[in-house]
Amino acid sequence: MIEIENVSKAYGRSVVVDGVTLTLPSRGITSIIGPNGAGKSTLLSMVSRLLPMDRGHVRVDGLDIADAASDVLARRLSILRQDNSISVRLTVRELVTFGRYPHSKGRPTAADREHVERALGYLGLDGLADRFLDELSGGQRQRAFVAMVLCQDTDYMLLDEPLNNLDMKHAVSMMQLLRGAADEFGKTVVLVLHDINFASCYSDHIVAMRDGRVIHQGSPEALIRPDVLAEIYDLDIAVETIGGRPIGIYYLGSGSARRQQMPGPNG
Amino acid sequence: MARHRPTIVLVLLSLLALAAMAAFMTVGAKGQWSFVLPFRGIRLAALLLVAYAVAVSTVLFQTITNNRILTPSIMGFDALYILIQTVVVFAFGSAHLASLGPNVLFVVEVAVMVAFSALLYRWLLSGDVRGLHLLLLVGVIFGALFRSLSNLMQRMIDPLDFAVLQDRFFASFNTVHSEILGMAGLAVVAVSVAGWRLFRTFDVLALGRENAINLGLEHRRLISVVLVLVTILVSVSTALVGPVTFFGLLVANLAYQLAGSPRHGVVLPVAILLAVICLVGGQIVLQHLFAFDTALSVVIEFLGGITFILLLLSRTRR
Repeated sequence: MIEIENVSKAYGRSVVVDGVTLTLPSRGITSIIGPNGAGKSTLLSMVSRLLPMDRGHVRVDGLDIADAASDVLARRLSILRQDNSISVRLTVRELVTFGRYPHSKGRPTAADREHVERALGYLGLDGLADRFLDELSGGQRQRAFVAMVLCQDTDYMLLDEPLNNLDMKHAVSMMQLLRGAADEFGKTVVLVLHDINFASCYSDHIVAMRDGRVIHQGSPEALIRPDVLAEIYDLDIAVETIGGRPIGIYYLGSGSARRQQMPGPNG
Repeated sequence: MARHRPTIVLVLLSLLALAAMAAFMTVGAKGQWSFVLPFRGIRLAALLLVAYAVAVSTVLFQTITNNRILTPSIMGFDALYILIQTVVVFAFGSAHLASLGPNVLFVVEVAVMVAFSALLYRWLLSGDVRGLHLLLLVGVIFGALFRSLSNLMQRMIDPLDFAVLQDRFFASFNTVHSEILGMAGLAVVAVSVAGWRLFRTFDVLALGRENAINLGLEHRRLISVVLVLVTILVSVSTALVGPVTFFGLLVANLAYQLAGSPRHGVVLPVAILLAVICLVGGQIVLQHLFAFDTALSVVIEFLGGITFILLLLSRTRR
């Protein structure tokens, strides 16, 4: 269980995350949704200790991340950020092997190597394992980083927009993979997602943020509703039930929102 | 082939380095061996210390800053060391300092240097200052500031003190300051022992702050420790032969190209061997073939400067 208690972050005078208190349940997939600038990524960065918080506490299985040893946390919780650029020229397999560092401390054993090969296999990277990262497409690189996080084999996996750069097929297989990790291996997966329909189809729990606050949370059925979504995104979104899942149709937008977002030449 | 490349490169470079050292000790020796060997041995030891210090400090600095263009010298570290030397003489007077002896003085200067660079450079490299070009600019300005301050003080100083200072600054590859060799060697050994215990973390640090934290490193503490090690190494090389701005850049980038692996287990030894070959080999060639005097640093700076410009250009094109 991840307990987030009254966490805040401000840059200068603009408050990005404003006193968020939230309990993320163990096991299953939790998706965080919300418009740009809602503070989703910032919250995830603070939970994963990449970003110091101004106020508040985060506890992972009762361990306060501010005091706990970093290497202990690295065996419980892993994070994948949106933009991953590495100045070192690595092959995919070398990168994924780094995922074992918290366990092997730089001396991978046979068991570690097995983990690496399995993670490469899960993400369909067998054929690319010896290619350099800078020779891959954005989507392939994204999958390599997810493989590294998977290899870290932590109970909690936090992923900031893992579907970035992925085509439809790979996006679906990524979500299925994460669903499998949650169902078969009992992992807790926390995602920041922009596509509400992926959130609807694959999450157990959805958290909606806006202006640095959590404004709604609950099951996909409770959140993917026109009135709730309008409040989150300022957009009229029709919701249809397809295959038993609520699916938001947002492509057409709504008159009022369009007028607001696209000011005329006079401002 | 690709798998064995690091081994092949290491063996070849080791042989070249050994050949250069043997040649340095023996080529053109005319006098008694009992005089030649110790005489040249001391200079060789100084060159080896400098090669090691410059190579290791540059590679580690680039590892913690995650870039391959900035080096401690470009960021003004050695200018800061010169400034500290000047300030110490300015504040206490050379007569007072002479009684301390060069070794004590060296230790004091290194200690002040570590304290100052920890203050100055830690915030600069902690991630608050974004962008390579801004860092580069700040580094160049730091260097100019430190040099100007040293110059100013050298003009205000007692002429006798100035003579003493000038003697200390005229260190070069030909007039190595060998009186602090023992203390410098000790410092390098201490740094290496401390570095050895962190060795496995270097590869992870090179992945950048966020990946390093995710993989369980105490990133902030490690960066500070490595910065202290780098500072001591820069002090050693500057005290022995004076500032060499682009030499580290040259060997580090050649090492990345040649090593065929980003692992520090390969890159660091390759960089050290390259530095030894360049310094010792270059010194032999210039001494015996051209009978030049202070030209080695000029040649190295020339080649290093060209490397620097090429790296900058290729970075902007990408």
